[in-house]
Amino acid sequence: MTTMTGPTPVTGSVGTAHTRVEGREKVTGAARYAGDIPYAELAHGWLVLSTIARGRIRSVEADPVLAMPGVLAVLHHGNAPRVNADYTGLLGRPDPTVAVFQHDRVPFAGWPVALVVAETSEQAREAADALVVRYDEEPHDVAFFAGHPGSYTPENGRAQPETSKGDIEAELAASAVVVDAEYTTPQEHHSALEPHAAMARWDSGRLEVVDSNQGSTWVAEELAKLFSLDPSSVRVRSEHVGGAFGSKGVRPHQVLAVMATTVLHRPVRVVLTRRQLFSLVGYRSPTAQRVRLGADADGRLRALDHEALSLTSKVYEFLEPSAAVGRVMYDADAHHTVNRVVALDVPTPTWMRAPGAAPGSFALECALDELAEKCGMDPIALRARNEPNAGPVSGAPFSSRNVLACFQEGARRFGWADRDPRPGLRREGRWLLGTGTAAATHPSGVAPSTASVTAECDGTFTVRITAADIGTGARTALTLIAAEALEVEPERVRVRIADSDFGPAMVAGGSMGTRSWAWAVTSAVRELRERLVPGGGIPPEGITARSNTTEAVGALPMLERHSFGAQFAEVAVDETTGEVRVRRMLGIFAAGRIVNPLTARSQLVGGMIWGLSMALHEEAVRDQASGALVGADLAGYHFAANADVPLVEADWVDDPDEEDPVGGIKGIGEVSIVGAAAAIANAVWHATGVRHRHLPIRPDRVLLAGAATA
Amino acid sequence: MREFGYQRVFDVPGAVALGADPEARYLGGGTNLVDLMKASVERPALLIDVRELPLDRIESTDDGGLHIGATVTNSDLAAHPEVRRRYPALAQAVLAGASGQLRNMATVGGNLLQRTRCAYFTDPARPCNKRNPGSGCAAVKGEHRNHAILGATEHCVAVHPSDMSVALAAFDARVTYETATGPGELPLTEFYLPVGDTPHLETALPPGALITGITLPPAPVAATSRYRKVRERASYAFAIGSVAAALDVQEGAVREVRLAFGAVASRPWRARAAERALTGAPATAEAFAAAADAELAAAKALPHNGYKVTLIRNLVVAVLTELTEEAAR
Repeated sequence: MTTMTGPTPVTGSVGTAHTRVEGREKVTGAARYAGDIPYAELAHGWLVLSTIARGRIRSVEADPVLAMPGVLAVLHHGNAPRVNADYTGLLGRPDPTVAVFQHDRVPFAGWPVALVVAETSEQAREAADALVVRYDEEPHDVAFFAGHPGSYTPENGRAQPETSKGDIEAELAASAVVVDAEYTTPQEHHSALEPHAAMARWDSGRLEVVDSNQGSTWVAEELAKLFSLDPSSVRVRSEHVGGAFGSKGVRPHQVLAVMATTVLHRPVRVVLTRRQLFSLVGYRSPTAQRVRLGADADGRLRALDHEALSLTSKVYEFLEPSAAVGRVMYDADAHHTVNRVVALDVPTPTWMRAPGAAPGSFALECALDELAEKCGMDPIALRARNEPNAGPVSGAPFSSRNVLACFQEGARRFGWADRDPRPGLRREGRWLLGTGTAAATHPSGVAPSTASVTAECDGTFTVRITAADIGTGARTALTLIAAEALEVEPERVRVRIADSDFGPAMVAGGSMGTRSWAWAVTSAVRELRERLVPGGGIPPEGITARSNTTEAVGALPMLERHSFGAQFAEVAVDETTGEVRVRRMLGIFAAGRIVNPLTARSQLVGGMIWGLSMALHEEAVRDQASGALVGADLAGYHFAANADVPLVEADWVDDPDEEDPVGGIKGIGEVSIVGAAAAIANAVWHATGVRHRHLPIRPDRVLLAGAATA
Repeated sequence: MREFGYQRVFDVPGAVALGADPEARYLGGGTNLVDLMKASVERPALLIDVRELPLDRIESTDDGGLHIGATVTNSDLAAHPEVRRRYPALAQAVLAGASGQLRNMATVGGNLLQRTRCAYFTDPARPCNKRNPGSGCAAVKGEHRNHAILGATEHCVAVHPSDMSVALAAFDARVTYETATGPGELPLTEFYLPVGDTPHLETALPPGALITGITLPPAPVAATSRYRKVRERASYAFAIGSVAAALDVQEGAVREVRLAFGAVASRPWRARAAERALTGAPATAEAFAAAADAELAAAKALPHNGYKVTLIRNLVVAVLTELTEEAAR
């Protein structure tokens, strides 16, 4: 027996910069991802997707392919195991896209129609290439546009599609200044660096899945439901994840690997290709938005009306809640927000970093800038004028709201005070220069989680929680949080994550992971410390305490809990070529207690860069004739290259919440993409005098707009 | 992706002998060919790796030009002091392309033979007359924002992706090659075939020919030259419009001018009408614009690529103005 703690409590782990605990493994290549791990007798599945956008599969001509070298099986709707997709999982009903090979209908281009399994990945790929699938094609509707006759407002469910107070038309009529503008954002993709990959095998009656996901309990529970298995007989692990951004939940690759291993009685891995990611793992819907703002001459809002349209597939209703951002940001005498949707013959969109808030803030924060121009007000002063005391729609108080402090600190550091508000005045050679700003916000939620903490007999501690580190540094953050609660050095804490056997926990999503897991970990530590007698002994198996925050989460008072921020950008625009270059970005955030400044800054900067990419580059284009995407790879789908990314600085202001049971930890995963594109678009206006309301702000758009005004 | 053979060759006759197989492809840096193989657009039975051939030199020719071996990498070409001194636009064009890693791999010969990045061409599920003759062109009525405004037909509106070739076209480069029956040579401006109704036939190279190098004739005007490329991000993207220009101004008048455009046609577009219009004209922005207009009068824009006409016109004016100022210094 050994004693459990040293004589001196160690504090201050939270808030101190710490490199990633698995950083060395990652940079030396020792960290193994789901697609890397070797298994004896491993077979490889290669997916075949539909080339038509709507119709039926007439035939899958498997025989010639089965005769090819190494081919073990061709799974399709005619021979695949049946699954049950009639259930409600952690995050609602499943997208039927995961119920692969259950019927002959094709609802979109890129729908899974067959899986070729072979001894090697190369053999599977060649055979998949050779597989002939015949279709009976039907006409498709893939055109997304404002006012599509199929648009509808979804029913109230988990999300609130529409909120309304006051008389918008009357307040607009009474307004001294009105902005009425339409904005669009294109289809955008998260395409993580590590594509989706899963290995499945049956081991002593248990199904084992080694995956790349955002929540291993989530995936395990849904696989159990899909295959009608006892939940305890499914184990899913996801040790390292090379990016996810909302795309790595229950997806066809896991289901296919389980089907194939069940049929073949040997381990099977399915890895999606870059192109397959573009149709199978979700994406951000394009949006068409209309914002109407009415204000008194001094900028006080009388009317805020935000209508947003997004698309979904015909097999599943996913709603991109773009109009929701105004429910938090700004109050008005009349306030109306609605998220509408239209179902098309396209793949199902999904959550992508800051769902709703990213495209919604582009429209709303650009509209605010247009209002500031019309009022002759500084854009920051306009926001200060409309700072609400409570949730504009909910009426609930804010747990903390320091957006104005962000603007103040940001303005100071960016040099905003010297800005001449007039557009089109600053020139440096062929470049017109301008600056812009926008607000950022994202909900900071929390969800029930379980954790265990073991005091080991060697004086170390082991935390077990089904968290996921999707590249954010979550494993390191939880190490610091546990160390702080235990009052020991972080080096004495070992955090094991991403194993569904550890019990249910929130997924890494919705900017809720760290806050949810931290609560479970600190609760378990509190429980453990009560059981440990100072100077007492630890048995060889250690002493373990467990936590479950379900009750505590349920008892949390209803408050508006959000992270906030202020985005600043400077751009250079060449109107003769249409080129736009961002020269610098500054983001100041109020995001609660920052756990690990090193990884937090990295995550915030990453979101801002993504916002830059959203502003200038990202756009997936659908071919209307075939209904398929054009150039669905990273040669065709552009995002910012290093040369596009200038000096990007992220920092934060104090944002304490003394009442918070989780010590004031908020989510930071998504807030920093919010408003970034608007700040850049506003800067482009300041540079050129031209409003760009359609993303991305491409050279052809700038060129034609510049030529039209010249 | 089809299983294929791979053979490294060490001499030109050996390469050409293997190249007689119609299912064989010469492999340079592989930066385009291997991608196309992964996409099943190219399905060669044999790759003949030519990187070890003794064609990796850049040498001055007797008449004061340069000969560039076919296996010289893009990086080495752009860094060569004589290229930078005598043909600066060529070095700039090469550096404007791809990324550092790709330029370290890519070869001059391969660069000439790279295929269009038209997304319909690289997706075997879609119609494309270039990949699958007779299947139709999906781009004409589809996504064609970065497609041709010059020299295209209803059979194909794809553009050639090379930056290097645009500068080469401006400088009257000649492509040298070897076949089983002996060597040959083609001016770069005749190396690429017109689109016509045979967009799948891209070059005038005889079947199985191996490019051995490029010859640049002496061109004093090229010492004052520039390449400007516009793309949808700051690096690592193909041009949406580019201009290679060389200019000799004497006493305010254009004595000699070279102009070629990129990303406007199935081949680098030598702007001879513009050159004719400008030769002898005053070196002014108005004259530069008029010269661009003379060339672009033949432009036929599709619904979504008309901006290229404005872009090329603006680039011509900007680049020639810069060169005029450079010459005056």
